[in-house]
Amino acid sequence: MMTKVNWFKYSSPATFYPLAGQAMPIFAALAAVLCVAGLWVGFFVAPTDAQQGEGYRIIFLHVPTSWMSMFIYLVMAFWSAMGLVFNTRLSGMMAAALAPTGAMFAALSLITGSFWGKPMWGTWWVWDARLTSELILFFLYLGYLGLHAAIDDPRRADKACAVLALVGAVNIPIIYYSVQWWNTLHQGASVSVTRSPSMAHTMLIGMLLMALAAWMYSIAVALSRVRAIILERERRTDWVAELKEVAA
Amino acid sequence: MTTSFMAVLRRDLLLAMRRKNEVLTALFFFVIVASLFPLAIGPEPRLLRKIGPGVLWVAALLSTLLGLHRLFADDYADGTLEQMALSPAGFAGIVTAKMLGHWLLAGLPLVLLAPLLGVQYDLDGGALLLLTLTLLLGTPLLSMIGAIGAALTLGLRGGGALLALLVLPLYIPALVFGAGAVEAHVAGLTYSGHMALLGAMLVVAAFFTPLAVTAAIRIALE
Repeated sequence: MMTKVNWFKYSSPATFYPLAGQAMPIFAALAAVLCVAGLWVGFFVAPTDAQQGEGYRIIFLHVPTSWMSMFIYLVMAFWSAMGLVFNTRLSGMMAAALAPTGAMFAALSLITGSFWGKPMWGTWWVWDARLTSELILFFLYLGYLGLHAAIDDPRRADKACAVLALVGAVNIPIIYYSVQWWNTLHQGASVSVTRSPSMAHTMLIGMLLMALAAWMYSIAVALSRVRAIILERERRTDWVAELKEVAA
Repeated sequence: MTTSFMAVLRRDLLLAMRRKNEVLTALFFFVIVASLFPLAIGPEPRLLRKIGPGVLWVAALLSTLLGLHRLFADDYADGTLEQMALSPAGFAGIVTAKMLGHWLLAGLPLVLLAPLLGVQYDLDGGALLLLTLTLLLGTPLLSMIGAIGAALTLGLRGGGALLALLVLPLYIPALVFGAGAVEAHVAGLTYSGHMALLGAMLVVAAFFTPLAVTAAIRIALE
């Protein structure tokens, strides 16, 4: 017999708060295990690269962080759209909880990218299409965080940021292709990031493990941050006052 | 729809004409920024020809930002914007009229002035014409994208600086294709692709920005 599923059961902060509390340690543990496994594969199993030597090992950190920085923006845009369409409070909180993690990954990706660029290209920074679009993505995150911090009313902040996230999500492909076009027009240094040698199997596994670790870490951090946001915004409600950790 | 559109446009232009200094300030800002670069980099004609289109485009970007936070702020402060949002004539049309007004006051003067500044950068006739054309296609795009930022930052502390942070990354495609077309021409390459993409972005923005701006203003009015 088909029972009617209540899709919106966990869209209320009061029901989501305990669920997030239960799920958070699981994702945190997964992140730790995957991270250890990924680093082990990255440092001890993966062979030394024939052309790039040992320095290439930074990609085990660099590639997952840049993937996550892009992926988190899409997830933010998804929650923003949900919040605008269904007018659910939790969606905005989720988007706001993800933004700092996304910005951190974008910054990490730029920093690790320059650590990789220095030994490989002999320079900390080139105006390559990928580096430039990652930098612009970082600016978009900063704009989102800035707008959220500037609006005092949290509901208005969520909705205004939702519009901004959607405008940004529409613009990201346009920005990406315009930067790529710009880059091919200005091909100054003969450096190509795309021309990478075929990757050994273990390198790919290490990278995927680290990417999964970064993903699980993002979920864990976003959940614990969303719990803090829920407590802050719902502090005057009865259900928060009845919580064990609040009453104590 | 058309009457309300024309009425709002007329009113905005009239208000601006009563306080000309704001329009002129942004215009002279454009001129001054464009004149600073040769002083900083040096007056070598070959170098100036190379950087000219890019410098003028960046100056246009910054200059349109100057008055942008005022686009809806005055109407928001005295409640006019709320009445406009409730108007049966359609809020999207009114918002479009305001964006058009902003372009006529902040964008079109830049387009007309750009060839003159281009001469200072030793650009030849073809490049000057192309620079004017790209700005003609690009500055309405700047007004429209800027309007989204202006609507999102309505009534906020430090709105001006925040507006720049929100809007400038979104201006990058217009900058790339606008300045790129002139640079391609100067380098002897074809530029029709740049112009087509600039035009396409303008059409897409003309369709979507009224939606985004009305949504953002309604959020601010709640």
